[in-house]
Amino acid sequence: MEKRVVFRSAWLPWALIAPQIAVIAVFFFWPAAQALLQSVQQADAFSTRVEWVGLENFVNLWNDPLYIKSFYTTAIFSTLVAVLGISLSLLLAVFADRIVKGALVYRTFLIWPYAVAPAVAGVLWLFMLAPSIGIVSFWLRAVGLEWNPLLDGQHAMTLVVLAAVWKQISYNFLFFLAGLQSIPKSLIEAAAIDGARPWRRFWTIVFPLLTPTSFFLLVINIVYAFFDTFAIIDAATQGGPGKETSILVYRAYYDGFKAMDFGASAAQSVVLMVIVVGLTVVQFRFVEKKVNY
Amino acid sequence: MVERRPLLDLVSHLILILGVIVVAFPLYLTFVASTQASSDIVHPPMSLLPGTQLVENYQAAWSGTGGGTGSTAPVGRMMFVSLVTALVIALGKISISLLSAFAIVYFRFPFRMFFFWAIFITLMLPVEVRIGPTYKVVADLGMLNTFAGLTVPLIASATATFLFRQFFLTVPDELVEAARMDGASPMRFFIDVLVPLSRTSIAALFVIQFIYGWNQYLWPLLITTSEDMYPVVIGIKRMISGGDAQTEWSVVMATALLAMIPPALVVVLMQKWFVKGLVDTEK
Amino acid sequence: MKFTIAAVALAALTSFSAHAQTEIQWWHSMTAVNGEVVNDLAKNFNASQKNYKVVPTFKGSYAESFTAAVAAHRSGNSPHILQVFEVGTATMMASKGVSVPVGKVMKDAGEKFDPKTYVSAVAGYYTAPNGEMLSFPFNSSTTVFYWNKDAFKAAGIDTSKAPGTWPEVALAAAKLKASGHKCPMSIAWQGWTQLESFSAWHNVEFATRGNGMQGMDARLKVNSPLHVRHIENLANMAKQGLFIYKGRANVPEASYISGECAMMTTSTGFYGNVARNAKFNWGMALLPHYPDVPGAPQNTVIGGASLWVMAGKKADEYKGVAQFFSYLSSPEIQAATHQRTGFLPITMAAFRLTEKSGFYEKNPGTDVGVNQMIRKTTDKSRGIRLGNYVQIRDIEDEELEQVWGGKKSAQEALDSIVKRGNELLERFEKANKG
Repeated sequence: MEKRVVFRSAWLPWALIAPQIAVIAVFFFWPAAQALLQSVQQADAFSTRVEWVGLENFVNLWNDPLYIKSFYTTAIFSTLVAVLGISLSLLLAVFADRIVKGALVYRTFLIWPYAVAPAVAGVLWLFMLAPSIGIVSFWLRAVGLEWNPLLDGQHAMTLVVLAAVWKQISYNFLFFLAGLQSIPKSLIEAAAIDGARPWRRFWTIVFPLLTPTSFFLLVINIVYAFFDTFAIIDAATQGGPGKETSILVYRAYYDGFKAMDFGASAAQSVVLMVIVVGLTVVQFRFVEKKVNY
Repeated sequence: MVERRPLLDLVSHLILILGVIVVAFPLYLTFVASTQASSDIVHPPMSLLPGTQLVENYQAAWSGTGGGTGSTAPVGRMMFVSLVTALVIALGKISISLLSAFAIVYFRFPFRMFFFWAIFITLMLPVEVRIGPTYKVVADLGMLNTFAGLTVPLIASATATFLFRQFFLTVPDELVEAARMDGASPMRFFIDVLVPLSRTSIAALFVIQFIYGWNQYLWPLLITTSEDMYPVVIGIKRMISGGDAQTEWSVVMATALLAMIPPALVVVLMQKWFVKGLVDTEK
Repeated sequence: MKFTIAAVALAALTSFSAHAQTEIQWWHSMTAVNGEVVNDLAKNFNASQKNYKVVPTFKGSYAESFTAAVAAHRSGNSPHILQVFEVGTATMMASKGVSVPVGKVMKDAGEKFDPKTYVSAVAGYYTAPNGEMLSFPFNSSTTVFYWNKDAFKAAGIDTSKAPGTWPEVALAAAKLKASGHKCPMSIAWQGWTQLESFSAWHNVEFATRGNGMQGMDARLKVNSPLHVRHIENLANMAKQGLFIYKGRANVPEASYISGECAMMTTSTGFYGNVARNAKFNWGMALLPHYPDVPGAPQNTVIGGASLWVMAGKKADEYKGVAQFFSYLSSPEIQAATHQRTGFLPITMAAFRLTEKSGFYEKNPGTDVGVNQMIRKTTDKSRGIRLGNYVQIRDIEDEELEQVWGGKKSAQEALDSIVKRGNELLERFEKANKG
């Protein structure tokens, strides 16, 4: 999307953009290049011996049926997390925006869970949903559902999707709220005067004006589902049972972090990057057309 | 609201209450667990009502003596480190992103879109994967165990730039034309018009980035070499026994809640900036 | 004039002694109460002498701390002492120039050091084939069996002694189930308790080449008939509801403490937790064995971590490290640590000291772990040293889970562990050759 009216200056834009570019050049691009370089190497943990192996790391990945399986697992996981996360938080934000009484209280309680440190959140989920000691497990059993994410792959997937969505609801809610709040009141009032009812007002005025925010959140949520959910999987199921909840990023982190196999981890990161960059390009090219600026 | 619709209001409240219960339930559990004795917590089901140990647990959490903190760093110091880190990261990110987004949206210059994508791509490679080489850069620059080392590498954020770009694209062109006709320089426009308009986005980002900075665990763990540079989340994590020894859950939960107070304050205070209608009057 | 000279001299003296305190950086992963033990050990050592100051820094979990060490090493900022988990032993050994063997550090510093005073099953794990001790055992635990005496009584089982063999365990489980017990038995650290320690306990190979102690070309042997038989038994128990799977690592322990599961195989390190929080009569006993296997019970395999000395430091600093290790090995300190934490004592002297003090009588069951370890070891039971072992442990978890969930047979799962594990071992061998 382009602005029609712009400023002219030969040097100002460079000066404005310089700080950010400087920071990311030094602290992102330089380390990232080195990290990705490892994808064509094979090294021991301490890099006392480094060997160039060309595309061998990538070949090993493709030959591993479990790796191919994790593509499907990731697709299911990410779709569920993004869709649920966005729709639920939009629902909550729209209603929180409507009411006046108690607004502060609702908003605080809906945003605050985001402040729970991931370290503690993982433990909390264990508390609630662990088959033995968890409160929620208790209730589910009382209702007659045999809840066992330890041995049932679908239960395990439900568990991690819930945990991931929970974390994101606060985040999405906050941005939807900000987006809703920046819609001029005058527009809504004008529509009401014209006789439009709330449902109609939402679809014809509010939602279109929310599309920049929605687009932002769509991209961010997909990136989140692909990249930032490692900690949740690690705390909840460690990719189990078997490999039922082992998503692509989990294995990439695991290899780089616990197994100290940087070559494999870097190769997987390259694959992940390609996928997400691809998805993002698709979103910018096709979905952004529908965004109203 | 625009007109009175009591039924819709009721539905709104119901849905919100349901949402709060579901979303905030784990938080409630944390609170309840922090008021009970550890031995009660490990014998499920844990009671859902607050217990009687509130004072003891919070005292133990604050003074850091609660059996098994395993830490020599006092909670106060850790909160201070977390506070500085969170503020620097939040303010740093917001300021450089505002400038970059402004440049990208409101100017034409060579490589403009290239820079946007370059910034955007920083979202595509997760931290943990590049953490080793990043550590080396920080070490080479002599920034280990410093506040600079804790904060600057984390300021390279695309999220803020992306969000501001989205927002700036919605700002009506008439405003820019008016500014130019008035002879205002770009920076004048930026400071007097654009930034105030962006307040809700800035507020939202501030909350998110503050919490992000506050909850940092892995990066500080790597680059700090002395325990007095620990942020508070590390303090909490080390009370949770990774092995078979027991964990003082009640003190862990109490500490976690204490650690959540500053972010909660930020959330509450920032809500002032979410006021609809002011945007109109400023036009 | 005199005053000035005296002042300068005084300043010089005090600054000299301030400089003389060499700092020894110790990176560890001890959380909760164990973290306090680490800090106390350092504090007391520092108070006992003036030349060195040990500074312990918590660096996260074992995996996180290891990552930090790798990153630090690559940029020249290693600590002096690094606590590494037992499964990282092969990696540390194979990484040339990264660490200095403890035996060498002690010898160079002139500290008295006799490997024979150390418990063979404990120190042997961390010793090179040529007898040189590579790392210093710090927190070692072993696999034991916990049982709920109250639950047994309620099911009408004799509580005078614990079930000592697997057939007895199965029988007890059946009686418990018949009396309505929901979870007769569960296991924690399943790879460690049911495959690794199981092998050592029955004096059978877990992997070739002395379980990897003698060379990097070792390959897994866990799909032997005995292993298959055992996992099949457990699978049958799972099918009949006698054994309920409760998760990986130490997650299942919560279900023992709460009284839900009546029997549990896990680490000696769990003792403190049980003593404090179990609200029933409990017992700690030897790991069960199969009575018809010759040589069983042999000894169990340790778990935990050891302290490695990192390379690239000054000679004076190594002296400090050596002195600290001597301090740690002294019988009094060892005995005190052992009694406080449940870590196994690493010297016979410490064991005897604790015995003499009556600690084991006052706290029945605490000597079980030690008794399993002080037997002489064989080539097949000294310990395990395999590369990429973190991943192999996870493979064990993944495959066993599929057995408990009824998706694979014991033979299929164990064959799969061997196949996937051997691939990893090959990669390790290739990456670390020469």
